[in-house]
Amino acid sequence: MGKTLFEKVWDRHVVSSEAGEPTVIYVDAHLIHEVTSPQAFAELRSRGLGVRRPEQTFATMDHAIPTREIPLWPDDAQAQVGALRDNCDQFGITLWDIKGDVQGIVHVVAPEMGVTQPGMTIVCGDSHTSTHGAFGALAFGIGTSEVAHVLAAQCLMQEKPKTFAINVEGRLAPGVTAKDIILAIIAKNGASGGVGHVFEYRGSTIRSLGMANRMTICNMSIEGGARAGMIAPDITTYEYMYGRPHAPTGKAWNDAVVEWSALATDDDAVFDRSLDIDAGALEPMVTYGTNPGMGVPVTGAVPQGADLEDDQQRRDLEAALDYMGLVQGQPMQGQHVDIVFIGSCTNSRIEDLREAAAIVEGRRVADHVEALVVPGSKAVKAAAEEEGLDRVFAEAGFQWRGAGCSMCLAMNDDKAGAGKYVASTSNRNFRGRQGPGSRSLLMSPIMAAAAAVEGQVVDVRGMLR
Amino acid sequence: MEKVDLIRARAVPLRADNVDTDQIIPARYLTAITTDGMGDGLFASWRYLDTGEPNPEFVLNNPEYKGAEILVAGANFGSGSSREHAVWALSQYGFKCVLAPSFGDIFYNNSLKNGFLPVVLPKEAIDALWDVLEGDPETQLWVDLRTQNVRMPDQQSLHFEIDPFRRDCLLQGLDDLGFLLAKEDQIAAFEAGRDQPAAA
Repeated sequence: MGKTLFEKVWDRHVVSSEAGEPTVIYVDAHLIHEVTSPQAFAELRSRGLGVRRPEQTFATMDHAIPTREIPLWPDDAQAQVGALRDNCDQFGITLWDIKGDVQGIVHVVAPEMGVTQPGMTIVCGDSHTSTHGAFGALAFGIGTSEVAHVLAAQCLMQEKPKTFAINVEGRLAPGVTAKDIILAIIAKNGASGGVGHVFEYRGSTIRSLGMANRMTICNMSIEGGARAGMIAPDITTYEYMYGRPHAPTGKAWNDAVVEWSALATDDDAVFDRSLDIDAGALEPMVTYGTNPGMGVPVTGAVPQGADLEDDQQRRDLEAALDYMGLVQGQPMQGQHVDIVFIGSCTNSRIEDLREAAAIVEGRRVADHVEALVVPGSKAVKAAAEEEGLDRVFAEAGFQWRGAGCSMCLAMNDDKAGAGKYVASTSNRNFRGRQGPGSRSLLMSPIMAAAAAVEGQVVDVRGMLR
Repeated sequence: MEKVDLIRARAVPLRADNVDTDQIIPARYLTAITTDGMGDGLFASWRYLDTGEPNPEFVLNNPEYKGAEILVAGANFGSGSSREHAVWALSQYGFKCVLAPSFGDIFYNNSLKNGFLPVVLPKEAIDALWDVLEGDPETQLWVDLRTQNVRMPDQQSLHFEIDPFRRDCLLQGLDDLGFLLAKEDQIAAFEAGRDQPAAA
């Protein structure tokens, strides 16, 4: 029997697999940031351990840093950034510092730098590490104890996950994007539907997508309950990677492409589970609730509790709507929006910004709306400015920010106020995620751009040019 | 790591599915560079009113459940962010164990690394426990890792599954890093047997 993409990558990284013990797998690339790493370094120090492979760990600062010019950083953000600098310096780890030219959200920067490569195992103390699966890597988030394990041993103990094929076939209609594909998958399969599994996104629709879109989809695998999501590498992957700073060159590149091309799932491989999605039938999606599975097409309405089978689901729906200030059966179109956030490791790449800018160009952000664009990295920001996208956004009334996680998790000063509705291109609509009491409506960059202009949730398909 | 064997304690019913790690500890509490002080942030958005006063509606603030060491939660507990702060917060607050029908993968792993016991029980058992605990907050539960049983209030025993290796680590208070470091020879052999990753 053939193997899946996941199984091929997994098998190549097994260091030890003995009866009665968890499998030990090797980690090729380890990404760290300022929030979940300081305690791991403290653990190393308390045990007198070093970093086993400092050249395989890469650090950046993204979660806690301000994304606008402020005269004085908060003490805690300064402390976290300072600790990261000290730790990288002491242990010889490459740091993409906010003072330099390379910096941004860890899941945007590592692919840009060519660190992310097919067939690798990649981990980071951040659940959205699943993003890197877009390159055919096995990439997943880990806790801080495991960050210490990887620093000290370059390995992790793992239970082998099961495999889950998500087959997406058909042609997306104009105005329907990768974000809508993944929101539709999670709405259908549930926020916990992927627990214990690794998704593999397959099919003609996935093959037709560029790398930014593939990263958007793999990024939200975690919102579907899976720790990782993968897409087989192909010519699109190689075109993106070629010439990036850490990508192989010369003969090594040619050899690598041959090796990477053998990673795709074999025809006779069998998945533990599967799900089929008809891309041609999808519409732009928007969430109404407090977990990412609570999403509907924009032309739809908030579900009715009476339609749900389970008491607990009904209670959860009622609690979510109570928090969100929405009512059962309410149409999504016309829902008021206070803030628009375009950014996050899900949707802050240059392609995302181009698409959003095309909707915004020549239009104005509604008077009552505060709108911000937070590019995923300094490179994205520079590219956007080169193309004049910053001016398009600024002229429409958007704030144009520096690179970072920003209002996706509201660790820095970018917080939505209590009760405010945020049309957000990020990945989580959890209660209070974007600031205490904030209410998130997840959607694609073009849907968020449309919401900024209209000041409410609208179907972007009426605003395409 | 502290050993876990028998937890005999009162329990709090947390009647909600999909309790994500942003609820367990909001991002604004992640600003420390140590693991200390996380207990204050536990369920902060639910536990405190806007004024900072305790929210009397939230179950943890109900004095009848004071001192409980077991949390009984809905499906997909600990989904979302990888923040291990969620486990530190639960543990520092005084919980030793969570019972739920299912868990977020990363949270489950993080728990085991901190001597904090995540127990998967069928949804029907959780539903029944919620009813009992809401009716009588004095109810004591026994969660016995040695026999992998939860003794229910009606004296029935419910068996739970846990990886035998993980169970032994918890019983003996062993952490994973020691195990990994003992694999040095195999790790070195693995590294020697392959080309260095291209990113290096």
